Amino acid sequence: MSSDTEATPVRLASPSTLDQRDTGAGAPFRESVFDVSDATVTYDGAPAVQGVSLEIHRNQITAIIGPSGCGKSTFIRCFNRLNDLIPSARVLGRFMYHGEDLYGAGVDPVEVRKRVGMVFQKPNPFPKSIYDNVAFGARVLGMKENLDARVERALEQAALWDEVKDRLKKGALSLSGGQQQRLCIARALATEPEVILMDEPASALDPIATTRIEDLMHELKREYTILIVTHNMQQAARVADMTAFFSVERGAEGQRHGILVEYDRTDKIFTQPTDKRTEDYVTGRFG
Amino acid sequence: MSRLEGSRRTGRGRGLAFQLALWLSLAVGFLTLGALLVQVFTKGFARVDGKLFTDPPSFDPLIAGARPAIFATLWLMGLVFLFAVPVGIGTAIYLEEYARKDRWYNRLLEVNIQNLAAVPSIVYGILGLAFLVRGLGLGRVVLAGGMILTLLVLPTVIIAAREALRAVPGSIREGAVALGATQWQVVWRQVLPAAVPGIATGSILALSRAIGETAPLIMVGAVTYISFNPSLLGPFTALPIQIYTWTNQPQEEFRVLAAAAIIVLLVILLVMNSFAIVIRNRYQKRW
Repeated sequence: MSSDTEATPVRLASPSTLDQRDTGAGAPFRESVFDVSDATVTYDGAPAVQGVSLEIHRNQITAIIGPSGCGKSTFIRCFNRLNDLIPSARVLGRFMYHGEDLYGAGVDPVEVRKRVGMVFQKPNPFPKSIYDNVAFGARVLGMKENLDARVERALEQAALWDEVKDRLKKGALSLSGGQQQRLCIARALATEPEVILMDEPASALDPIATTRIEDLMHELKREYTILIVTHNMQQAARVADMTAFFSVERGAEGQRHGILVEYDRTDKIFTQPTDKRTEDYVTGRFG
Repeated sequence: MSRLEGSRRTGRGRGLAFQLALWLSLAVGFLTLGALLVQVFTKGFARVDGKLFTDPPSFDPLIAGARPAIFATLWLMGLVFLFAVPVGIGTAIYLEEYARKDRWYNRLLEVNIQNLAAVPSIVYGILGLAFLVRGLGLGRVVLAGGMILTLLVLPTVIIAAREALRAVPGSIREGAVALGATQWQVVWRQVLPAAVPGIATGSILALSRAIGETAPLIMVGAVTYISFNPSLLGPFTALPIQIYTWTNQPQEEFRVLAAAAIIVLLVILLVMNSFAIVIRNRYQKRW
């Protein structure tokens, strides 16, 4: 792709400008998409997750694992500014996206969400037709040309096209749970984001549907950068290139908040973690 | 074994007594309503004829009709629908989707709306007389009647619409926001359509309350005798007032006429309520 995208200053850089800077000579170097430093999220002043720094790499799957209450979901919601919806939430620290601060002045959250899609824990299709679900993002963002083709492509990418192509006008709620979740993935893909956030995307699904979602993630990482929160360690081990282990720490006054304990290649986290807490967790001696 | 049987028997006795009490409660309402209906229908059904709909009231009960009152009631319903539904939905959307619950003025607003729903209708009538008829100089016209009934049912519409909006799961809002929808788009394209069944039923039930109101209309000067059809800025009467006037007459024939008018009022009510049920069943969504 050529550099045809001259983004306006306050807008975020388009992912396509960055393709040309891709890896050199097959080295394990991966370009970073997000560079987070010292991230803290507070609710009414009390930290839910504190002092997290990590880099998310392009075309990789990064998993965030950890016990309940360690702030995994809170943390992942910073990447598409979904915490903006909670009035009492404050996001501190820096979330750099290709060198631009996601929380900088003048950044439009809609522009962020256009580039960073999200799939939620519980499938949440809109009570509309399958087609309208997938087309929703494109419609609200004003990407109205070739909507049919866009919907078809997104459904194909989410491995759902063959199952629904004959009933696109049927209600999305008639689909099974696993299909609904793939529909939600298709919905997120339809606006052609660069990053997909997944907040425990398979935790409400049966094992077969879970396997399909995991296979899909492997397919998708060729085109997308994926950040997944999971409480299922096997899932992280199966799908993720990089894994971040979060844990709960007690503050000075006994209040609990999440911290990043260790962040490394997935095989390293699961076979030779450097931190004792990580080892305890991945070997099942914790929680 | 015998101990188990024994305890079960007393349990069954209590259950039966409880069920009996429930039936009794049901019977109180059901029989009263039944008696009322039977009485009204046996007395007035024969009088529900063409004359009732085409002729104006008269001092001779045998040739009297309720045409002006029926028209005025339809006028009033139309006006209340036109005013109360948009304003009620607008207020509900503000309170549910935009208002920050931690602000004192929003809480004050909420408490006030709940209180207004319980204010006696005669008080609204006095307000209408002072503010609409005299203050704004509208006079004793249909428009003033419609406006005062609107104020009367507005709290009910707001409360019903808020319930309906609140019943739309937060996951729908989150899903839409994550796809890049602005707050306005979330409300207009997802939340409001999903809430339509609840809002529609609530609004129609509020209208049903307005149709039977007499006191505030008397206050804003609905007249008891009128021989021509009402117009927006003309004098008027309404079915409940017409019924009241007729029952006050000494001749038995007027009572029969009143019973016939009650049947008309009941039928209008029934039509409106069945409309509410149809809407609810037709658009009901499941999550």
